[in-house]
Amino acid sequence: MKLTIERGALLKSLAHAQSVVERRNTIPILANVMLRVEDGRLSFAATDMDIGIIESVASESTAPGATTAPAHTLYEIARKLPEGAQVHIEASGGNGQLKLRSGRSTFTLSSLPTEEFPVISGGEMPYEFRLPARELRSLIDRTRFAISTEETRYYLNGIYLHSTEVSDVPLLRSVATDGHRLARVEIPLPEGAAGMPGVIVPRKAVNEVRKLIDEVNDEVAIGLSETKISFRFNDVILISKLIDGTFPDYERVIPSSNEKLLEFDRREFQAAVDRVSTISSEKSRAVKLAINGRTLTLSASSAENGTATEEVEVSYNADPLEIGFNSRYLLDIAQQIEGDVAEMALADAASPTIIRDQSDTSALYVLMPMRV
Amino acid sequence: MKRLCRDCGILSEDLPGAGHSRCGACRSPRTLSHPELERLSIAHVDCDAFYATIEKRDDPAIAEAPVIVGGRHRGVVTTACYIARRYGVRSAMPMFQALRLCPHAVVIPPNMEKYRFVAGQVRAIMREATPLVEPVSIDEAYLDFGSPGDRSAPPAAALLARMVHRIEEEVGVTASIGLSCNKFLAKIASDLDKPRGFAVIGEAEAREFLAPKPVGLIPGVGPAMQRRLDADGIRTIGQLQRIPETVLVGRYGRFGRRLAGLAVGRDPHPVETISAIKSISAETTLDRDLSSLPELRRELHALCARVAARLEGRGLAARTVVLKLKTTNFRIITRSRKLESPTRQLGTLFQSASWLLDREAGSASYRLIGVGAAEITDADAADPPDLFSGFSVPGASGDV
Repeated sequence: MKLTIERGALLKSLAHAQSVVERRNTIPILANVMLRVEDGRLSFAATDMDIGIIESVASESTAPGATTAPAHTLYEIARKLPEGAQVHIEASGGNGQLKLRSGRSTFTLSSLPTEEFPVISGGEMPYEFRLPARELRSLIDRTRFAISTEETRYYLNGIYLHSTEVSDVPLLRSVATDGHRLARVEIPLPEGAAGMPGVIVPRKAVNEVRKLIDEVNDEVAIGLSETKISFRFNDVILISKLIDGTFPDYERVIPSSNEKLLEFDRREFQAAVDRVSTISSEKSRAVKLAINGRTLTLSASSAENGTATEEVEVSYNADPLEIGFNSRYLLDIAQQIEGDVAEMALADAASPTIIRDQSDTSALYVLMPMRV
Repeated sequence: MKRLCRDCGILSEDLPGAGHSRCGACRSPRTLSHPELERLSIAHVDCDAFYATIEKRDDPAIAEAPVIVGGRHRGVVTTACYIARRYGVRSAMPMFQALRLCPHAVVIPPNMEKYRFVAGQVRAIMREATPLVEPVSIDEAYLDFGSPGDRSAPPAAALLARMVHRIEEEVGVTASIGLSCNKFLAKIASDLDKPRGFAVIGEAEAREFLAPKPVGLIPGVGPAMQRRLDADGIRTIGQLQRIPETVLVGRYGRFGRRLAGLAVGRDPHPVETISAIKSISAETTLDRDLSSLPELRRELHALCARVAARLEGRGLAARTVVLKLKTTNFRIITRSRKLESPTRQLGTLFQSASWLLDREAGSASYRLIGVGAAEITDADAADPPDLFSGFSVPGASGDV
């Protein structure tokens, strides 16, 4: 195998590959990226056995062939080479080495046989649909902050992607929750997704996809089976296993009769919560919301730091109420609201509260109060 | 020798002769004398039938009735009042059995929130008596009144009498006191004279007092250890006293040293306040080596219940769960995981511990299993309300 590639192109592809490769591996081959030259194109493949990524780019190649080399090391080398440099890579089948030359630098890396490298395959994908990149981005951005990191609740360690119907309108929904907050975002169901199974896309795959979205402007092709999901960008395809579990019946925890409505300027609220929470104890991050007529008083106190209060003008239609929330959760949600006015639908100090963007019904957030 | 009045807390000179067992100041007959009374400073204070006493306090109509608190979980007796105990009702007894013994008993479901509040009041009075309070569970604690070097301070016995009097007056529950020179003996003493008791075990009499007692009285000697000692022909503490420490260590390892000390009434463990508590754990040597996951899980569940009860009792929570296993060839394995937020709930502890167990247990056989709660915090931020707590979520239940 022999090829020449510009440093920038190499760096970009290696960045994608090394991001999938785990830092610590018990199986040596999984630390490697596979390089293959075929039909004048260079392809990169990497996997952690749950997610696989394959990318193919144009390169000047003089001899076809394939090899594998440590992904993180190769990436570090490419990163440190000067901008615009031409990189020559060479591997001869037998000696277990990859030689990389650029300008006056030469590196020799030990490689492992390509036969050891796992096959990355999605298998048959019975459901295929396309999503505009910005829609996929919105499905991810507005839910992934709520993904649980609690491993014992593995079925919450991802985004639940499924189709549903609301007043005869078919929708594609993404939902994530960690039990303290829940985020639900929906878009019209794309063509080809009708009848798709509800699937839980693991957090790592969600984060890898999110990184790749920013590099494309048009559409992402999604393929889906009962056990795997694939995302095809221009030159990159990412395949991930799905979480084998049952996502809880989340509809049951979305309150339907919260009648106390609080409206507020989203930016003002966000800034005030951010300021007041400076005082909240590191452990609880609690802020208290005291709502009385047109005044919302945010307050926080901690034994170590002292106290803080701030008033925000609001519109409110019910009896005075005091309720506590984790300030970080409030900020996570406020950050995802793009409109000027946000709305809270409350029941009482101990019940789930709904937060949404008044000008955008596609997203809904549920937040569990804290004891304060 | 001094005589202590348990009602007014005054120590007076104990004059020999009849009629002098009454208090010299208030004439109360509830007095106590002991040669080491002024020297002993470590106490174990145990509230009498705590939950039942609170229920009786709050409802005078049942004051004279047999009262059983319990029934909500698996239908067992949590606490029986002293009247119900006369019928043979005991804690942890299945409710149907308790009601067979005492059919007219008043059964009240436990109100933990209320008991926790009362426990807080009791503890506050304890902390006014001495800052060195180590809660053991919701209704008992060790207290250390410091070395008796300070002659100007009243002896622990007098402070305890006044403290328990305040608890009765201000909170409306009674407690029994065991006073001695260390935690082990104080704990035994508090059990000697219940309810409303005050018992003393002096350093000088400890050895003789313990000699006829069964080895099971020693903390850490559970059923498995008891069988092992029994197999070696040891049934009483007195038998242990006659065996040299080196022999006990040779036979029972590190625990042998503790056995040798406790057998003669020596307990080096100090009274520790909450801030000094690093972890709370429970472990058990299995009756027979186990390798089956369901059986190990069952043991683990019982241990988690013990840890949860102790966290609850001390008003503490833990951020990390530790699993301990000892294989049949004595290899000790510990695995831990950090929780999202501190917990003191059985369900959460068990879920994490069994998650660790599932990853560890395979073909190996184990002789010991234990669970620990580490990274101890106060309970304020523990177990934040959860959206799904009222619903059945797959895999989220604490059941075996």
